Amino acid sequence: MGIGDKPKFDIYIIFTYLALIAIGWITIYSAAPVKEYSTIFDFNELYGKQLLWIGLALFLGIIICSIEVKFYERFASIIYVISILSLIGLFIAGKEINGAKSWYSLGSMTLQPSEFAKAATALAVAKFLSGINISVKNIRDLLIVGFIIALPALIIIPQPDPGSALVYGAFFFALHREGVSLWYLSLVLVAIGIFLGTLAIGSLWIGLIVLVVVVVLFMLSRKRNHKKRLPKPKISHYLAALVVCVLFSLVSKSIFDNALADRHRDRINSVLGKIEDTQGVEYNIVQSKITIGSGGWTGKGLLKGTQTQGGFVPEQETDFIFSAIGEEWGFLGTATVVILFMFLIYRIIIMAERQRNQFARVYGYGVAGIFFFHFFINIGMVLGLLPTVGIPLPFMSYGGSGLWGFTILLFIFVKLDAHRMSYEH
Amino acid sequence: MRKLLLLAVVTLVGFIFLGALFNLQVLKTDEYQIKAALNAVKKVRDYPERGFIYDRDGDLMVANQVAYDVMVIPRDIRKLDTLQLSELLKIDKQRLIDQIEKARIWSPFRPSVVIPQLTQEEYAPLQEKLRRFPGFYIQRRSLRKYLVDHSASVLGYIREVNQRTVENDPYYQQGDLAGKSGIELQYEELLRGRKGVKHFVRDRLGRALESYENGKYDTIPKSGADLTVTLDKDLQAYGELLMSNKRGGIVAIEPKTGEILSLITAPNYDPSLLMGRDRSKNINKLLRDTLARPNVNRALQAQYAPGSPFKVLNALVGLEEGVITTTERLTCRHGYDYGGRKPLGCHSHKSPLALNTGIAESCNAYFAQVYRRIIEKAPDAHEGMDNWNRHIKSFGLGNYLGYDLPVGQPGRVPDGDYYDRWYPNHKWYAPTTISNAIGQGEIATTPIQLANMTAAIANRGYFYRPHIIKEIDGKPIDNPDYTVKNMTTVSTEHFQPVIDGMTAVYKTGTAKYAQIPDIEICGKTGTVENFVKIDGKRTQLTDHSVFIAFAPKDDPQIAIAVFVENGYWGSRYAAKIASLMIEKHIKGDITRKDLENYLLTRSLEYEYAKPHSGIPFEINEPTDINARIQQPEQPSLN
Repeated sequence: MGIGDKPKFDIYIIFTYLALIAIGWITIYSAAPVKEYSTIFDFNELYGKQLLWIGLALFLGIIICSIEVKFYERFASIIYVISILSLIGLFIAGKEINGAKSWYSLGSMTLQPSEFAKAATALAVAKFLSGINISVKNIRDLLIVGFIIALPALIIIPQPDPGSALVYGAFFFALHREGVSLWYLSLVLVAIGIFLGTLAIGSLWIGLIVLVVVVVLFMLSRKRNHKKRLPKPKISHYLAALVVCVLFSLVSKSIFDNALADRHRDRINSVLGKIEDTQGVEYNIVQSKITIGSGGWTGKGLLKGTQTQGGFVPEQETDFIFSAIGEEWGFLGTATVVILFMFLIYRIIIMAERQRNQFARVYGYGVAGIFFFHFFINIGMVLGLLPTVGIPLPFMSYGGSGLWGFTILLFIFVKLDAHRMSYEH
Repeated sequence: MRKLLLLAVVTLVGFIFLGALFNLQVLKTDEYQIKAALNAVKKVRDYPERGFIYDRDGDLMVANQVAYDVMVIPRDIRKLDTLQLSELLKIDKQRLIDQIEKARIWSPFRPSVVIPQLTQEEYAPLQEKLRRFPGFYIQRRSLRKYLVDHSASVLGYIREVNQRTVENDPYYQQGDLAGKSGIELQYEELLRGRKGVKHFVRDRLGRALESYENGKYDTIPKSGADLTVTLDKDLQAYGELLMSNKRGGIVAIEPKTGEILSLITAPNYDPSLLMGRDRSKNINKLLRDTLARPNVNRALQAQYAPGSPFKVLNALVGLEEGVITTTERLTCRHGYDYGGRKPLGCHSHKSPLALNTGIAESCNAYFAQVYRRIIEKAPDAHEGMDNWNRHIKSFGLGNYLGYDLPVGQPGRVPDGDYYDRWYPNHKWYAPTTISNAIGQGEIATTPIQLANMTAAIANRGYFYRPHIIKEIDGKPIDNPDYTVKNMTTVSTEHFQPVIDGMTAVYKTGTAKYAQIPDIEICGKTGTVENFVKIDGKRTQLTDHSVFIAFAPKDDPQIAIAVFVENGYWGSRYAAKIASLMIEKHIKGDITRKDLENYLLTRSLEYEYAKPHSGIPFEINEPTDINARIQQPEQPSLN
């Protein structure tokens, strides 16, 4: 028993959380399609339901903060296993909404287990990496942690919900913090490059480009060899890299054709410029940009946005909620939200860095990475900078599962942070 | 270093977003605000009422009725139950799906017509139920209501504008109605008025909520002008009745104004058939009838050789050129030998004869000699031909005449150059073109040209350009095209002897059985030889029956030309029809019921069937005498 026994909850992060939730609810109130003559507490309406979800989320936050702090580390593995089982169970008992079998039906409610699996995976990763004699520099350990991260993603992809699976890439930031080289990131970027490149111009051209790049790199490394800064390059390594790249390029097309749903193919083709269709595939993005752009400096005012009130942007209360903020609150509103998210992530990083134990730090980086991915992919999509990937904006998009998942994710960390002085191995 | 990656990436992404937002919301906001306004403001077109059409006596011929179009804005469709909707609209489900898809391809934001022109009865049950289908709504529009069952081809019809019109004329949107033929087309810009536009803020279901900016941008529709046309409704109805079971055209003109009293083509149809939901079915029937061709306005578009009525023009030109006198007698030996392979034939009558009897008996030999003198007066045939052409053309032949209806044909009056093209060695002389003397050969005229020529004779030397418009919104027209005299090249004094000859046609000549008690008519019969090509072979068919007339002689109120295809000879059909039309116009009713009955019970359908029957036939003789008499039948498509 020492000074740190009394938990010190980080007030800044909680206020940021509450601010985002409040802005989110007001925006849902404005953006969700409403029948005439309904009140704020009408639980048949989306904003009424969301009010209920928010209440439950706050309750959940309090519960999380009340549980003994050691629970999360001790039970991390079990939580992870339960989470994986719940994802697998979707294939048997899942309910299909919008073409994806990602939901459990509980009476009139639906739950999306993939929203909770993020927190479970973050716990499992933190637990594993904080184990004795575990290091990401060790290839075997790296493979194990890679498996822990990839398993839920691989289960989610065929539901199909590749958007949610993509988020697991966020754990790279946590791994990097623990010592994984940036080279792995560049490997991923090369893989994405080859994948999209193959779809755009075909395997033959990609093969040729890879060949040229490998040859150039090889020549460069031979030159640098004279300065003895790198070990002598072995030609076999370069050949192996070339073969792997070409093989990956060859299978890219079949991955694209078989692993993805039509709508995902359309979105990728749209970004590649293979589809020119402002009414179909690109309609969302075109309308989203009109909605945001027409907001101006200060917006048209709550419930005054013609785009938002007219329902021109599909899914505006969920994935495209940011566009409603843009129209009704203008640049002032969108900049506030962007800065709030930046502050949230900065704050989590700062908090993670001040942890004394590795478990809390790894978990904190996992949380920061996941929020960053959602922030980056969602707003990037709404602004038309990235292809359409259906993932929600944390705390703001409509939906109980998402809100609870993010609340659990954040508040476990808030709880860990609150006990940072007393909580050690 | 390891601590910085996420911090750096978050900062970078955050500032990229802020920059992109600044670009969208501050720098480019004007552009997006316009786009948002285009999205959210619903333009509702306010259709003006189309102008009415009255006849010369102020009787209403064409008015409007209300119809309802079911419209769709494809983008606003939500959770559509096509089966339920197709049952509600009473159309085939697949057709509904096709229509929506067509509309979507045209434009997802703009309204398209799903089902055009529902009647009040069909609309009533839809009115409330359609609200359950977001994206669909009813647009009220004004449709034509015909108070007459005749005159379809001259009144014309309105229909939805086609894609090309929409692209070329910014006034029209898809689904708009516009005149497509006849008066409706000619006076489209007067009749249509000007559309208004109302701007509404639309809600999420595409329904109009409230006036946008208090109607600042709205425009008020301007109703179309009411037109009074020169037609006489009763005369039109009567003419179409007389033309039952025949093909041809009638044009009647008031000589002292150039107003078209009657413009009839046969076969004809009820104008109401080209309106409403069965329009496309009926119009296909019309267009597919390539034998009777009811879609061709024969009064304006059919070019025939004029036949004997043309002789009066040659008589006038002969007098003007001084090559004949009213008293000089010329010989007819059952024809005139001009040196060709066989002489120009003529029928049996006394000989020699002077101008008056020449016209009354329609003597071919007489006019062959007159024509030859006209041409040979000049030093060579080319020059003579040109001089003759100048005279003939001054009667309005050989050009489009410039009347105010959208279709027509110029006809043909040959000149020197024309024959030079046929005879490149210039070896042609007056006898080469001798058929022109009797209105056969290279001359071609339309019924309206013949009627106009008759009006010029009735006026003793001038005509007003024929026209159909009389008043616009009750104000008489002052268009100089129709109020300025067109002088012929023949001096007034030469007309009287020719007109006397035309009176003799009725008194003693070829049309003496078509006299009207108390009215002195001047006329001229015509029997036009009729050659057509059947399977590439030049074949002669039964002659056409032609007649021109005006009456009364000293104060002409009507000039008329009647053309009945394959009508045997001039007095058999055309003269009788002209006589009844004149009586109807001047007296108001018909005293000679036997004559009327004769026409109503005679059909020429068996004549028209002859060349298509595939069996050998004789011309100018019926193959079956019983086929000639038929019960009178209302012209109809059904």
